Amino acid sequence: MSAPLTSLDRPNSYIGRSVPRPNAKRLLAGRGRYVSDLRLPRMLYAAFLRSPYAHAKIVSINAQQARMLEGVHLVATGADLARICTPWTGTLDHFKGMTSAPQLPLPLDRVVWAGQAVVAVVAESRAIAEDALELIEVDYEDLPVVVDIDGAREAGGPLINPGSANNTCFRSQLDSGPVNEAFAQAAHVVEEEFSFGRHTAVTLEPRAIVADYDPAAGALTVHHATQTPYQFQDLYSRHYKIPEARVRVIATDIGGSFGMKLHVYHEDMAVVGLSILLGRPVKYVADRIESFVSDIHARDHRVRARMALDAKGEILAMDVLDLTAIGAFSTYPRTSVVEGNQVIRLMGAPYRFKNYRATLEVIFQNKVQTSQYRAVGHPIACAVTERLVDMAAAKVGLDPFAIRAQNVIADDAYPQTSPSGYRFEALSHQACLKQLHEMMDHDALRAEQADLRKRGIYRGIGIAAFVEITNPSPAFYGVGGARISSQDGAILSLTPSGEVRCLISVTEQGQGTEAIISQIVADQLGLAQEHVKVITGDTEVTPHGGATWACRGAGIGGETALQAARALKRNILEIAALILQEQPSALDIIDGEVVDAATRNRRMPISEIARIAYFRSDTLPPGTQAQLTVSHHFAPQGYPFAFTNGIQGCSLEVDVETGFIKVLKHFIVEDCGRVINPMLVDEQLRGGIVQGLGAALFEECRYSETGQLVNGSLADYLVPMPMEMPDIVIGHVETPTADTELGAKGVGEAGTAAASACVLNAVNDALTPFGATINSIPITPTKILKALKRF
Amino acid sequence: MKARAFSYFRAATIDQALDAHARAGEDARFIAGGQSLVPALSLRLQAPRLLIDITHIDELRGVRRDGGYLRIGALTRHCEMLSEPLIAEFAPLLHAAAPFVAHPAIRNRGTFGGSIALADPASEFPAMTLALDAEIEIAGPSGSRRVKADDFFVELFETALQPGELITAIYVPLFKADQRFAFDELARRRGDYALVGCGMLATFTGDRIDDIRISFFSVGNTPMRVKGAELTLIGSSLDAERIAAAQAALEGDLAPPDSDEIPPAMRLHLARVLLGRLLGRLCEGE
Ligand SMILES: Cc1cc2nc3c(=O)[nH]c(=O)nc-3n(C[C@H](O)[C@H](O)[C@H](O)COP(=O)(O)OP(=O)(O)OC[C@H]3O[C@@H](n4cnc5c(N)ncnc54)[C@H](O)[C@@H]3O)c2cc1C
Repeated sequence: MSAPLTSLDRPNSYIGRSVPRPNAKRLLAGRGRYVSDLRLPRMLYAAFLRSPYAHAKIVSINAQQARMLEGVHLVATGADLARICTPWTGTLDHFKGMTSAPQLPLPLDRVVWAGQAVVAVVAESRAIAEDALELIEVDYEDLPVVVDIDGAREAGGPLINPGSANNTCFRSQLDSGPVNEAFAQAAHVVEEEFSFGRHTAVTLEPRAIVADYDPAAGALTVHHATQTPYQFQDLYSRHYKIPEARVRVIATDIGGSFGMKLHVYHEDMAVVGLSILLGRPVKYVADRIESFVSDIHARDHRVRARMALDAKGEILAMDVLDLTAIGAFSTYPRTSVVEGNQVIRLMGAPYRFKNYRATLEVIFQNKVQTSQYRAVGHPIACAVTERLVDMAAAKVGLDPFAIRAQNVIADDAYPQTSPSGYRFEALSHQACLKQLHEMMDHDALRAEQADLRKRGIYRGIGIAAFVEITNPSPAFYGVGGARISSQDGAILSLTPSGEVRCLISVTEQGQGTEAIISQIVADQLGLAQEHVKVITGDTEVTPHGGATWACRGAGIGGETALQAARALKRNILEIAALILQEQPSALDIIDGEVVDAATRNRRMPISEIARIAYFRSDTLPPGTQAQLTVSHHFAPQGYPFAFTNGIQGCSLEVDVETGFIKVLKHFIVEDCGRVINPMLVDEQLRGGIVQGLGAALFEECRYSETGQLVNGSLADYLVPMPMEMPDIVIGHVETPTADTELGAKGVGEAGTAAASACVLNAVNDALTPFGATINSIPITPTKILKALKRF
Repeated sequence: MKARAFSYFRAATIDQALDAHARAGEDARFIAGGQSLVPALSLRLQAPRLLIDITHIDELRGVRRDGGYLRIGALTRHCEMLSEPLIAEFAPLLHAAAPFVAHPAIRNRGTFGGSIALADPASEFPAMTLALDAEIEIAGPSGSRRVKADDFFVELFETALQPGELITAIYVPLFKADQRFAFDELARRRGDYALVGCGMLATFTGDRIDDIRISFFSVGNTPMRVKGAELTLIGSSLDAERIAAAQAALEGDLAPPDSDEIPPAMRLHLARVLLGRLLGRLCEGE
């Protein structure tokens, strides 16, 4: 490793080491404490009556009988909650011209997707609340339903938001360089129309919330399965007009999140209001069917794209139109246009060409809202770019590795700017490409493929290069007016027995944030990792920060912890120096002992410093005030984003009679800068790849013509399972960012970014002998057999 | 979602179970492994007032030889289809199908009787009772009877069972030395209900097929024998031409329904592919 920070052979050098997650054992032993485990005194349970229509007028609601059912405490409609909650609108200023209708916890007079919550019941148990739902009569009047992209764009067609001119939420255009001229001069042009199905996160733990309003104190506590407690503290405070200091959001153990748990959901806002109306704790846990119809969905893009090349295979230009349908609202507070925005901005990102034109059109429809989900936009940009590159390679007569080697930005050419204007500090496409070629044993795979083809076995090999956006600065949300922090804060204390407590604003959803933070703190302070306790996810305890989104925990949270630990170390050594009558600079800490920096001879344990500072301050020189708690904030500066890169490879087999695909092996070479914990990085990559393979082969939210989700259960919505998943081989290149001392970038989305692109290329490679092509994700047996004209 | 409130009665004998059902009428359900019923209750697709637990009735347990049959008690769990030596020896087709039924956790609870009673057209075991020419033993208020599998599956989730009747056992003719079987299915993921599945049992004289019963699942409203295909095969030995003829005959045997993801023509195509592969295996004597 090129690590300037530490060398792995000294004690407490945890950065770069595969140490287990301290919380893994607790969670595996069933000792996790999730929101659904919580039972507060006097707690009640909410359930929601949902719209059976995708678009309808609410004519009347009759809840008389439900109110009278024993055990029911409250039946609330949109009007009841609108009296105490101010509406929200999912737009941001930096997306010029975007629109979205104001939203309330429950609708007043119109439903806009099938499954939208309409009436809330609060009762002594969830079962009673559901009994009451069966007694509520809602009279609806059908309105015309807008389901597919074409229908939504039809001039004079039905409108989702009355009074608006059309169903467009947002339009954006990028234009850099003479694209028309480039295409006119091109020796080769490849073009394709792609479609990407809707899918959703399917977290193990569904959305869960307990709102507990105390009218006596005027204080609200919300136990919330979310990745961003501070954002919700702010939102609950502002929309329910409770001073921020009296709103506390606690996010303890979270069973997966993937971006799904950082958006405002109507039910969650409603539950807060229900608790305020009742003055009692109210719990709501979405069941799986509710999750399918109300969690955000993602993707749902149709992209027409073309690429121009010269005779030698040099990419000259790209021209892209992305149409994406986002549901009836733009999500709050992060909007539903970020995905489309990233799709058009990440196109062609690994490559050197400069002439680029793109149009993005974000469209409303009568479906549940889409928004940010793991690898926002990346899989679409990657699949489109990388498929076009493969098509181009075939046209020019180049091998897929060769055409990429020819076109990627050279490793020594940084800093560079992407075709869409992203600024790259330093990436390593060439090194990754080379390593992948060796790791896959590409030549042998090709030979085997040719051999098997002769025997009627059709294997495909696909590769896909990618760029990932990590460590976002305020350029992401802050500039648009969102109160979403891009900085983090940490408070570190030396305890009286010489251990360290770290309160930090980044949060843990199962990815190991707490583990890497304790590694960094222990490493910097010279302590055993088990002597560092990390506490996250409670707005009353931990300092304000961005928490977890967009790959920032390690890069930004980690840097915050590193700098805080260095500050605490300075303070500890200052006291040590006074006691030992030394210069602080002559001292260091190793394994919990103050040592001579030069000789490493032990001088005194830091527990002794803590004892003296806390209990015998009288023995310190007069005027000494030991500062054994430090707080530190870190906001990213320099590049607006720390981009990462990598390349994936996939080997699979297509059964051309059944259309079934078996993924045989998957490969990735990835560069996330400084690797803090190789084991966690590898598992992030594996998990991300599996999510990408799910998207490629299985996952899709399918709708009927009337806007009903037809596969909203785990029996019908297929998530990837172990039996279908291949072994995943991982390689690393490390290019630390110079914007931080730590040098870490994000890694959580890299796997998802390119896995589906890889599969798309591999499947098309397998189908080459038949002249059949696939341009749509997920790639199902039906699509394969249709392409092969088997039925 | 949570089930609506219901009462619960644990029966110790068949008579107690029938009696409790008779008294409660339409509003009662027997519960065995609960792997289909409990999800239906939780989704409030069904909301009976009374559940009659039959899992403590000893008479419904056990696997034993009975004349030319293997008597498989209704409470035999899917996992026992894998572990019970008598089943492996005398009803190997059930043994072969069992690993494809759901996942281990479900196989540990789900019962053979429950699967047959439910008669899900996508289920493996109901279709296999057709291929095996099995008989279903039914106890009811007016006594006990045996119904041939061929007469048992009537319509979608509709069987020869009358309300309040209980399946007590399934009788499977003992597997013989001159017989061969084959089973497979095409499922998107291991353990899922199949897009198409098939099992077959054939009696040979040398290379010649004297008799064959082929049963498909996930192709219509009930598990289905494909008699047209069977007829093309009986009396001849298996070669490429015969297999192609049997595949072609499926067009007349099956009329798969439309579904949102798998067009009928595709299901028919998959049935042909699967039939071809299974007959190939039968031919190799596997
Ligand atoms: C996730 C999942 C996946 C599954 N995958 C598959 C699969 O791939 N293939 C497959 O075949 N099955 C599958 N199943 C269903 C499973 O096999 C069920 O166990 C089986 O269908 C029913 O058996 P049971 O004993 O659980 O019946 P229960 O759920 O207890 O009862 C089902 C119905 O049968 C009635 N019943 C039960 N026993 C009797 C009896 N002796 N006499 C009369 N009526 C009776 C009940 O009243 C009820 O109406 C799956 C289930 C789950 C939850």
